[in-house]
Amino acid sequence: MKRAFPILGVLTAILLSYALYQALVVAPTEKTMGDVQRIFYYHVPSAWTAFLLFFINFGASIVYLIKRNPAADIVGLVSAEVGVVFCTVVLITGPIWARPVWGIWWTWDMRLTSTLVLWLIYVSYLFLRRFSSGGQTPLLAAALAVLGALCVPFVYFSIWFFRTQHPQPVMGGGGSIDPRMLHALLINWLAFSCFAFLVCWSRYRLEKLQRDVDHAHAMESLLDHGGSGR
Amino acid sequence: MNGTPYLFAAYAVTWVIHIIYLATIVRRYSRLKSEIEKLK
Repeated sequence: MKRAFPILGVLTAILLSYALYQALVVAPTEKTMGDVQRIFYYHVPSAWTAFLLFFINFGASIVYLIKRNPAADIVGLVSAEVGVVFCTVVLITGPIWARPVWGIWWTWDMRLTSTLVLWLIYVSYLFLRRFSSGGQTPLLAAALAVLGALCVPFVYFSIWFFRTQHPQPVMGGGGSIDPRMLHALLINWLAFSCFAFLVCWSRYRLEKLQRDVDHAHAMESLLDHGGSGR
Repeated sequence: MNGTPYLFAAYAVTWVIHIIYLATIVRRYSRLKSEIEKLK
C-alpha cells in the first residue's frame, strides 16, 4: 500500500498533464466563444467530481447512521472536505467564464444559486465537524449530509426544470459535441477523479492518524488522573 | 472574443485552490508528526 501511493501519484500527474494538453491543444476552438470555452474542460469535470464526492459522502453517512462505523464517518468527512474544494473551483471558474461570454460575473440563476446553496450546506457540515466537540457530532453531521445530498440532484436537474441562462448539459442535453471536445472533457474528468481519489486517500490517513493521537492523549490523561487519584 | 486571459485565470485559480488545500494537508501532517514524537 505504501508503494502504491507514489506510483498512483506519478500516474495521476501524467494523466493530468495529458488532460491539460487535450484541453489546450487537441480540442478544437469553439466558433462563438473562442478560447474561453476551454474553461469548460476544468469547470465541468470539477463539478462532476464534486457531485461524485458528495454522493460518496451520502453513502458513508447512511452507513454511519445505520452501523455507527468510525471508518464510514472518516470517509464521510474526507469526501465532504474534498468535495467542497472541487465545488469551490466550480463556483470560481464559472464566473470567470461568464464574464466574457454573458458580460456579467454572476446572476441569481437557478443553477448558479443552487450550486452556491449546495456549497454552503457542505461548508456548514465542515463547520459542524470542526467546531462542535460533543459526542453526537458525527451523528448530527451524518444527518445533515443526508439532507445535503438531496440538493445534488436538484442542482444537476435545475437546468431542465427551470428557465436558466446556464448552458445545457453535455450529456443528455439534446445538443451535439465534437468528439475531440468530448474526449478532452472525459479525460479531464478521469484525471480529476484520480487526483480527488489520491487527495481523499491522504486525507483519510491523516484523519485516522489524528484520531489515534487523540485517543493516545485521552489514554495518557486518564492514566495521569488515575495515578494522581490513588 | 479574446478569452485567453480568462482561460489562463480559470486554470491558474483551479490549481492555486488545489495547491492551497494540499499545503494544509501537509502542514497538518507535519504538526501531527511532531505531536507523535512528543507522545513517544
